[in-house]
Amino acid sequence: MATAHSRAAARLTMAPAVVLLLGWMLIPLAMTLYFSFLRYNLLMPGSEEWIGTLNYEYFLTDPAFFAALGNTLALVGGVLALTLCGGILLALLLDQPFWGRGIVRLLVIAPFFVMPTVSALVWKNMLMNPVNGLFASLARALGLQPIDFLGEVPLSSIVMIVTWQWLPFATLILLTALQSLDRERLEAAEMDGAGALDRFIHIILPHLARAITVVTLIQTIFLLSVFAEILVTTNGGPGTATTNITYLVYALSLLQFDVGGGSAGGIVAVVLANIVAVFLMRMIGRNLDL
Amino acid sequence: MARATTASRKLGLTLLAWTIGIVIFFPILWTALTSFKTEAEAIASPPSFIAFQWTLENYAEVQSRSDYALHFMNSVIISLGSTLVGLLIAVPAAWSMAFVPSRRTKDVLMWMLSTKMLPPVGVLIPIYLLFRDTGLLDSRTGLVIVLTLINLPIIVWMLFTYFREIPGEILEAARMDGAGLKAEILYVLLPMAVPGIASTLLLNVILAWNEAFWTLSLSASQSAPLTAFIASYSSPEGLFYAKLSAASTMAVAPILVLGWFSQKQLVRGLTFGAVK
Amino acid sequence: MKCGLSLIGAAVAAFLGASAQAETLSIATVNNGDMIRMQKLAGHFTKAHPDITLNWVTLEENVLRQRVTTDIATKGGQYDILTIGTYEVPIWSKQKWLMPLDKLGSNYDADDLLPSIRSGLTIDGTLYAAPFYGESSMIMYRKDLFEKAGLTMPEAPTWTFIADAARKLTDKKAEVYGICLRGKAGWGENMAFLSAMANSFGARWFDMSWKPQFNTDAWKKTLTTYLGLMKDAGPPGASSNGFNENLALFQTGKCGMWIDATVAASFVSDPAQSKVADKVGYALAPDNGLGKRSNWLWAWTLAIPASSKKAEAAQSFIAWATSKDYLDLVAREEGWAHVPPGTRSSLYANADYRASAPFADLTLKSIQAADPTRPTVEEVPYTGVQFVAIPEFQGIGTAVGQAFSAALAGQMTADQALQSAQALTTREMTKAGYIK
Repeated sequence: MATAHSRAAARLTMAPAVVLLLGWMLIPLAMTLYFSFLRYNLLMPGSEEWIGTLNYEYFLTDPAFFAALGNTLALVGGVLALTLCGGILLALLLDQPFWGRGIVRLLVIAPFFVMPTVSALVWKNMLMNPVNGLFASLARALGLQPIDFLGEVPLSSIVMIVTWQWLPFATLILLTALQSLDRERLEAAEMDGAGALDRFIHIILPHLARAITVVTLIQTIFLLSVFAEILVTTNGGPGTATTNITYLVYALSLLQFDVGGGSAGGIVAVVLANIVAVFLMRMIGRNLDL
Repeated sequence: MARATTASRKLGLTLLAWTIGIVIFFPILWTALTSFKTEAEAIASPPSFIAFQWTLENYAEVQSRSDYALHFMNSVIISLGSTLVGLLIAVPAAWSMAFVPSRRTKDVLMWMLSTKMLPPVGVLIPIYLLFRDTGLLDSRTGLVIVLTLINLPIIVWMLFTYFREIPGEILEAARMDGAGLKAEILYVLLPMAVPGIASTLLLNVILAWNEAFWTLSLSASQSAPLTAFIASYSSPEGLFYAKLSAASTMAVAPILVLGWFSQKQLVRGLTFGAVK
Repeated sequence: MKCGLSLIGAAVAAFLGASAQAETLSIATVNNGDMIRMQKLAGHFTKAHPDITLNWVTLEENVLRQRVTTDIATKGGQYDILTIGTYEVPIWSKQKWLMPLDKLGSNYDADDLLPSIRSGLTIDGTLYAAPFYGESSMIMYRKDLFEKAGLTMPEAPTWTFIADAARKLTDKKAEVYGICLRGKAGWGENMAFLSAMANSFGARWFDMSWKPQFNTDAWKKTLTTYLGLMKDAGPPGASSNGFNENLALFQTGKCGMWIDATVAASFVSDPAQSKVADKVGYALAPDNGLGKRSNWLWAWTLAIPASSKKAEAAQSFIAWATSKDYLDLVAREEGWAHVPPGTRSSLYANADYRASAPFADLTLKSIQAADPTRPTVEEVPYTGVQFVAIPEFQGIGTAVGQAFSAALAGQMTADQALQSAQALTTREMTKAGYIK
């Protein structure tokens, strides 16, 4: 169908996007790769020298690295699980007829518009603060001991904040998918005596598979580099309880100004992200007939 | 009888849905309410919901301390600018991916998305050095460029999924009529793609508006958007809940209102072609 | 298409075009109360210098430090005036990143600057940064609660007395906590307090061959005292409390004692923002009879990057903001209690100031009691009371702070935290080449 002429034209039209992204990826990446083999601390100009793989040795043997790896997975996995489950339930609810659906939908999508920095500040100070926060007031009103969220359950608290931000996104996509479901099939199944759970597992869930894939893909992209929420609430602590890979690289490059070490960390993060990417793309390739 | 159960079921659902909706919305509502309290009232325990002395002093204080209008304008220019430039680059690319697909199309698309998985902080210093040498530090142009590149993969992908929905026969017909490539895009494709483009535009304006890492790292005074504005309230001395709330409300309100007004298009945009 | 492209290009270029006609100074500053006041009063400066426009970049401390350091280290040139601390000044001026302040004017009277503050900003006889406000740390306490508990605060208490009093003052049901101390991780947050506290316990960061000392008894005693005290008498959530969080707690009457920066005195005694303004007493930071008190020394200063092309205008602004006249201006506009403290001897000789600032005397004594050149009981290879003036310290201090913060949150024991601190400090110092 496509002629050689239109193929050439197609390549030409794709060129700007591809070239720009290649440049955006390769130039800084090449610089980062080069820096990663140097002793390069911003605060000590003139001391740059080639040190081989020393930066990598230090980064990969840093106890914080393994903690960060685990935290990254827990954060991505936790938020994905919560937003998908919550999103499906919410979508099922919002799909039902009730009064004021439009307004409730507005309320539910609102968190998506809030800047990550703002939502982290609000959650940390006004809700989760164990003395002056609203949750503490609530706990005291109920005669309970207020929980020190960011001290006692730091990672779960961050998962909660991030989930709040991404729940609307998951809900909306799942809801739209749900609305395109063939009602007659559901009714037919009901006639055949299939229970609500049966209908959910055998009809609704398969129908949502594509939407779930999209949510997983897009959220993973953003969740791998969650940063502002951690910076504002816990600074990666206490200890390394909430340090993810992104934050660890940040701490190296911009708190210690160890550009060499930070670059090595950045390269490691790129490799890890690519592993995740390959894995994800496989999954998407299967579910999303591109 | 059946009618009564339906009505009571609907009432139950209404109550449930509203409760959940309000719980999810509550942090935003609480912030907005707190912004009208005095600092002392903001941390009062037990907290007051409506029955407090409403005041605008926090907004006055915030305004006297920082130039809201400048930050707001920067946010508008950067988010809108980066989205428009992004669209300009992405429309042709997505067009060819959708209508002249090759074996590699899928790989290219997936590769583009994977560039978004790189932790930005890993390349901050290189970018900072490049920006310094090109004089782009603290310029809106610089931020537009960075945000364009960051969101380009998402834009391409969204457009691709919309364009794919456009039936190829229409293009065939246009070609039969002897329309050139330019005419094909301008008169046939674009009009059909406008809703998709609008959705893409909206979503990317929101993403760019809320982007905090690059905007904060590469701006100083001239180009600082609202993300930098909020950074000066993140932990000032003394009681700050009410001032923080006022600043937060000012930073979030514009995009929230925009999002609410355009939610239909946005919902379409958010689905990424996952739903037909 | 081409036409459209160039149109958009032109539009983008138009956004760029905010180039300056007169001299425009970009001032990066931290969002502390005194700096915000300076920003509000800067109209007086621009009125006198109509050819100078000021652009403010006000940021939270950590964000500011990151931005300013990146900029100066890469010679980005985004700022004309930087707000930096006494930690940065010696390191940066050694790198020749700062411009000598030699044109502050004939009536600047640099000799009036407090010697302990000025000496930290002077390298080889040249001033590289002008102090905007200076601080040490001291105890702020609630006189009413002490009276109720039948206690009297000495002017120079010991840690034994403080530990005992803190436990007696605590009434968790009434949300009164005996002592509020920093717990939020950061070299300028919990480690500022803990390093200074460690000095009074005879501990030190490094020995003369740069070996970390966290495996010593002195550090163990420091940390266990701190953790025990915070467990029994501290507020909940202390592991995320920094200066600002504790200030809010103290102002709302939830702390019996608070050991922190002397500048806080003017906030806790200000009836407009503090519920306990008329009940605050002050005392020197505690000691253990070893000859060192647990108070630090810090100043926020204004400096000019060596690359600045607007040095003259920048110096005239710095001269204005750190002058005696500025102190008078603040006193006229906002009252003596709001004057930025801790920089000039003349302020502490001023009867008006002493009358309206009951904390003046102790602030001065605290500042004078701190000695950055001899901070510890035993000899050390570094200067700095609550920090070690080497570039690597920011990273190491913050990482150690994280370990101690985790111990405070109950996620590690004191021994584990000290071990982890020792291990990571040894690692970093080895990597940086201090330990051969």
